Amino acid sequence: MNTKTLVLSAAAVAFGSIAAAGVASAREIKIVGSSTVFPYTQAVAEEFAKKGGTAPTVESTGTGGGMKIFCQGVGEQHPDITGASRAMKKSEQELCTKNGVTEVTEVLLGYDGLSVANSRKGKKFSVSKEQLYNALAAKVPVDGKLVANPNKKWSDIDKSLPDTAILVYGPPPTSGTRDAFVELVFHESCEKAKDGYWAELKKDKDAFKKGLKSDCTAMRTDGPFIEAGENDNLIVQRLDADANAVGIFGYSFLFENQDKLQALQIGGVEPSMETIASGEYGISRPLFIYIKNAHRSVIKGMDDFIKEYVSNAAMGEGGYLSERGLVVLPKEELEKTQKAALDGKKMEATN
Amino acid sequence: MTDTQSGLLSSQHDWSSAAARKRVKRRYAADRRLQFYGIGAIALSILLLGVLFSSLMFTGYVAFYTTKVALEVPFAADQFDKDKLGDANYRGIAKTAFLTYFPEVTSRAEQRNLVKIMSSGAPYIIRDFVVANPDRIGSTVTIQVPVSDPFDQLYKGVIPRYIDALGQDRIALFEKLQRRNVIKIEGGKAFAATDIFVNPAEIPDGDITKADLHGMVREGFAAYYPKQTSRAYQEILAEDASTQVLRAKIEAEPGIVGKTVTLMLPLAPAYDELARTGASKIVNPRFGDKAEFVWFDKLISAGAISTPFTWELFTNADSRYPELAGLAGALSGSFFALLVCFLLSFPIGIATAVYLEEFAPKNKWTDLVEVNINNLAAVPSVVFGLLGLALFINTFGLPRSAPLVGGMVLALMTLPTIIVATRAALKGVPPSIREAALGVGASKHQVMLHHVIPLSLPGILTGTIIGLAQALGETAPLLLIGMNAFIPSIENMGLTQPAMALPTQIFSWADSPERGFVSRTSAAIMVLLGFLVIMNILAVYLRRKFERKW
Repeated sequence: MNTKTLVLSAAAVAFGSIAAAGVASAREIKIVGSSTVFPYTQAVAEEFAKKGGTAPTVESTGTGGGMKIFCQGVGEQHPDITGASRAMKKSEQELCTKNGVTEVTEVLLGYDGLSVANSRKGKKFSVSKEQLYNALAAKVPVDGKLVANPNKKWSDIDKSLPDTAILVYGPPPTSGTRDAFVELVFHESCEKAKDGYWAELKKDKDAFKKGLKSDCTAMRTDGPFIEAGENDNLIVQRLDADANAVGIFGYSFLFENQDKLQALQIGGVEPSMETIASGEYGISRPLFIYIKNAHRSVIKGMDDFIKEYVSNAAMGEGGYLSERGLVVLPKEELEKTQKAALDGKKMEATN
Repeated sequence: MTDTQSGLLSSQHDWSSAAARKRVKRRYAADRRLQFYGIGAIALSILLLGVLFSSLMFTGYVAFYTTKVALEVPFAADQFDKDKLGDANYRGIAKTAFLTYFPEVTSRAEQRNLVKIMSSGAPYIIRDFVVANPDRIGSTVTIQVPVSDPFDQLYKGVIPRYIDALGQDRIALFEKLQRRNVIKIEGGKAFAATDIFVNPAEIPDGDITKADLHGMVREGFAAYYPKQTSRAYQEILAEDASTQVLRAKIEAEPGIVGKTVTLMLPLAPAYDELARTGASKIVNPRFGDKAEFVWFDKLISAGAISTPFTWELFTNADSRYPELAGLAGALSGSFFALLVCFLLSFPIGIATAVYLEEFAPKNKWTDLVEVNINNLAAVPSVVFGLLGLALFINTFGLPRSAPLVGGMVLALMTLPTIIVATRAALKGVPPSIREAALGVGASKHQVMLHHVIPLSLPGILTGTIIGLAQALGETAPLLLIGMNAFIPSIENMGLTQPAMALPTQIFSWADSPERGFVSRTSAAIMVLLGFLVIMNILAVYLRRKFERKW
């Protein structure tokens, strides 16, 4: 055992003994994590504070950054909850376990859609995931071989698409939105390819896995795809100014700007609260919060805060989180989530 | 040398020759050009600043007033428990007060939609009023509460009530039909005159019920768009109704099978409206339906809506709801951070400068220190943020998001500015002052504390204020140490309590989807710029007032 683990376990013991002594910590609830979950946690924190609780501190660190801080250990200086726009990875769970954070509850909050949209002044059209992949990936298969993306116009991909240059503004690689887009659009297109390069490669599982990472992940850098920074409002403004440009951003930004923007249909499906919740709209992802159970009895008000978070008034149909753009869980799943959160159900090992 | 010099001045040179005049002219032209470049550069920067400020003001000014609705709230004594004033059913009180404007709306579902016009913060505003004025219980009080963000934006004209139902590309497709005179209006409905070939091959066994009438309609209509690869034009027809028309026609005249008929096909609702009225509008999807506008208009005509100045922008904490969000938390966070920054950097900066300027021997070590101070001034601020994260938070265990740490990080950034300014100010004090003081027997520290530092104080203060102004606008290091945390309450404010700062608040608002935050962001930038301008004016004023000419 190295010294770090020793110190950490000592800290954990010390913290535990404080808990045992029944001395509640004076610190407020600390929450870190995904910028996508951030607005929802903010809303709950505000409601919680208005109802008389001590206002929690909510910080947007990104999913990965949040996990890193969250899994640093048990103790007053470590956060109590982290938000994530994807499930906890195996490596992150290992980090947590290594640092003594073994009792973690996973709470599925709901879903968030990614929208692909353009200005209402531009053409409204429907694209498939595969067409998006062909428009935006750095390398695409042509005649069974991977080549640098040759498509310059949408109509180069399919005659039914408009005869305008491909110009897409999207999030940078550091963004969770980008990860989700690559996974849900690129990887799915490559995995589902029925013929051509990817279908051939799929016969060899390892090679396919490797290929997916190296060749089915990168966005093109030759002009048609432009990284527009983390700020989705900037993309919205850009689209408003250029009728031929298309943008990729969170559904809540489309929801707020429907007087300026129109969504492209993905495989013929228009994004809406209903189609995202039902899974009919293809580009949506689950949102989570992870709760450090060891802190629950120690941090004042933490149980009440979680109760507020998973209450029907917040997470339920028509709750205030859905007003902020969260796509709520179907009733059965919601009840399961609520029970798991309140009971502090320990999450199982992921793989 | 002498030869050439005398040669130059000798009469060989004809100063009035055409060539010489041309040279002179060229030199004057160069002078004028130089001046012109200067004026051009200034004009360009003024123009850019002007564009920045006017765009800020244009988007930001609407945040300085809030759309509010007046609620007549009857505080019945039996609704409140004297000991627990904060626990009454304020949600119900606010709802009842708001619904008195709409006695005709009785269904619960409608009421639920109706209450969404009012900001969700309304119950808490009423609660705070009661807690602050318990003596008003028993009377009816008029309280102004904000309306929710979409209606606020609607009233300010930022978002429209109706938007075009059809995009411009769809309108262009439709106009093609209109130009060809295909669209006819009969009996208040629009139709497209379309030639349809009733293909016998598509009617198996002559049985119309099995016929592909959809296909025939589509094929006939497609003739108007021979070059279109996209099928978007298919949206124009009301297809089911159109097939009904075709079917009725075939049933009435079986003889047309195998021939081409011209039919008047009905249009889809949006295109029908476009053909009849020249525009097709739908309710902005941000709103539920037209009823909400009717309700809102009723409030307006009842005189319940007013737009007072947004004091809440300065007194409220941050919020997820734009109409409730304020800068109070950020202002106090910035204040505490600057206080810490000043308390650290001012004495340390002056001490460093005085030693280096007045006492330090000139050697390699002091040279090294000097070079490093200049280097420090050029280090990007984000590096200081990383340092603060690693050292102050991770090693020393100071709290995250606290103005104390923010101030310490900003002090590192401000130090070089203060040191450089102080040294310049000390240099500006003439040696005669020092010599005179030494001459009458003052010791070295007396010379410094009684004479040199007081005389150079205006310069030092100017440098300090400019350094602090820079620190006020600094964002990157504060993001790293977590001073962008969302804190919806201003009850606990202090050095070690989590807080936002002004620039990080702007950063956070700029990234929020709600429309109200667009103007809130510009307003917050205007407030920040206001503080910067005040600080800079103060610096200029101090310099003018106390500056001494020697």
